[in-house]
Amino acid sequence: MPTTEQLLSMYERMLLIRRMEERLSADYAAGKLPGAVHLYIGQEAVAVGVCAQLTDRDWITSTHRGHGHFLAKGGDPKAMMAEIWGKRTGICRGMGGSMHVADLSKGILGANGIVAGGIAIATGAAFGARLDGDGRVAVAFFGDGAANQGVFMETLNVSTLWGLPVVFLCEYNHFCEFTPSETVTAGQISDRARAFGMPCAVVDGNDVVEVWRAAGEAVERARGGGGPSFIEAKTYRIQGHLEAEAVILDGKYREEAEIEEWRRRDPIDRLREHLSAAGACDDDGFAEIESRVSGAVEEAAAFAAEGEPADPELAFDLMFVGQRP
Amino acid sequence: MAELTYRGAVAHGIAQEMERDDRVYFIGEDVAAAGGVFKTTGGLLERFGPERVRDTPISEEAIVGLVMGAAMTGLRPIGELMFSDFLATCWDIVANQIAKTRYMTDGQVELPLVLRTANGGGLRFGAQHSQSLENWAMAIPGLKVVAPSTPTDVVGLLAASVRDPDPVVFFEHKGLYAAKEDVPEGEIVDELGTAKIRREGDDLTIVALAAMVPRALEAAELLAAEHGISATVIDVRSLVPLDTRTILDSVRHTTRLATVEENPRLCGWGAEIVSIVAEECIWSLDGPVVRITTPHIPLPSASALEDLAIPSVNKIVESVTKMMV
Ligand SMILES: Cc1ncc(C[n+]2csc(CCOP(=O)(O)OP(=O)(O)O)c2C)c(N)n1
Repeated sequence: MPTTEQLLSMYERMLLIRRMEERLSADYAAGKLPGAVHLYIGQEAVAVGVCAQLTDRDWITSTHRGHGHFLAKGGDPKAMMAEIWGKRTGICRGMGGSMHVADLSKGILGANGIVAGGIAIATGAAFGARLDGDGRVAVAFFGDGAANQGVFMETLNVSTLWGLPVVFLCEYNHFCEFTPSETVTAGQISDRARAFGMPCAVVDGNDVVEVWRAAGEAVERARGGGGPSFIEAKTYRIQGHLEAEAVILDGKYREEAEIEEWRRRDPIDRLREHLSAAGACDDDGFAEIESRVSGAVEEAAAFAAEGEPADPELAFDLMFVGQRP
Repeated sequence: MAELTYRGAVAHGIAQEMERDDRVYFIGEDVAAAGGVFKTTGGLLERFGPERVRDTPISEEAIVGLVMGAAMTGLRPIGELMFSDFLATCWDIVANQIAKTRYMTDGQVELPLVLRTANGGGLRFGAQHSQSLENWAMAIPGLKVVAPSTPTDVVGLLAASVRDPDPVVFFEHKGLYAAKEDVPEGEIVDELGTAKIRREGDDLTIVALAAMVPRALEAAELLAAEHGISATVIDVRSLVPLDTRTILDSVRHTTRLATVEENPRLCGWGAEIVSIVAEECIWSLDGPVVRITTPHIPLPSASALEDLAIPSVNKIVESVTKMMV
């Protein structure tokens, strides 16, 4: 069981992700954000529960829905916000945008625009860690939709064969864009990993403690030379696939009642209730956390808004190392 | 005549062919129930049913393989790759299998299939969702390559592609989906390998493709009004087969040539056209040719940088006035 201090810290991180993304949603609606913005609202317990078991030296790869992973792994909210706004003060100086936030200094190898694009990269980072023998671990976050890409099978095989320190973290959030996952997924995704003899866990992805515990076991196994593990976290994407969804879709692919039902299982509310019941935090304490978080969000939004647009010179300077084309 | 958007023309064109030939069917991600993420395929599921219009898992290799195998055995399938960038995730089947199988089997099989895909930039989607990849497809012997610039051409060239006995990669431009035009009533069938002269002029030939066509036309108006330069604008429409006659005839008349390409500069399709002009009619030229292209860089996500990279109306006017002195 995590300590009270660990629980409070996870609570604050989950709340930070939630409030940052609520802000992004509002900013998108106000026409301030360029491009495609995919929000993680409802899934915060997964990123936070897993990353609480990692250090800055461990690696993660993420997806198009990457803000939560970035913040959970210790990425800077200001630099992330500015990146999404396309500013030169962004973590990638505006070259990547929402789908490509990365911070190598925090072990964040990057969000990814290609579904399943990060799975093999994390496996490669684990390969490097194995060769270096430095005890680092890599976690590949990916969606249930990504599990239908061939590269998933290839990496399950090679990582098991070579005993690589990688954790495959599948977030089953019930949708592949606008298509319900069960209509495009045969069998249980965990059975695919089981077929390779890989240790598997299927957890309630809206219960941060359950995620934390399963991730702890998998990370410990990887660090100790026990090879890869697979975790499937059952969760739900509360927001649309992307913020432009209402404009894109004519019909609807899910019922409001279903969303409501999952709102009642909100991972942040659940942790809050748990902390209250355990007497670990009272209303004043929660208010204090809320105000710290909203301060951080305000600061990030102001930082993003004030930043200069991306630098045109960079478009060429970045092409090759130390050499302009 | 009825007004149709470029996006509406896609469903219109597919429906025209599915109505005519029950061997035509259509698969892709989010294409059926959701009607396509670019709203290009709405209504097809309702009209033709779930056997002929199907949502697939996020498995591009499977999509392209299914289309190929079905085409080899007598169907005339259309497959969608949501973004052309995802061609990279199934390139083996496109480049090694589809492009070569008829040839290697001494023509025992035919591959009457169409791969439709949303190509091009301008939407701030970042480097993995904005590429102009027509030159990738053009580089593989065995693929026909089509890229319409108007709603009428979407319908007519799509029909020609479906009816063609060979595999066609059909690049729609996502920046053009909102474009509107009056489209003739009744069946529309165009011809592959034919370019179209969109504007007649005497001083120079501008050759453009897809989203660069409306920009070249706008530039041509400015060149006439402000600089007294009279330009012919040719819409290439089909890169393979290529209508060299229309281009060469025009260059012989105007004696000057500029290409406007959205693809990154190296090995862009314009280089091929320039080399054909050099071989066939270099003595007709009265000055150096100019290729106006996106620089050889991945597309940055920040708005200002993306705009700077992709050829704009101003850039075309500027480059042409410079070359015409
Ligand atoms: C190779 C590839 N195919 C398709 C897409 C388009 N696309 C973006 S997100 C998405 C759905 C992904 O579903 P999942 O992996 O379950 O992640 P989620 O969006 O649910 O977080 C799709 C189809 C893509 N980006 N890359």
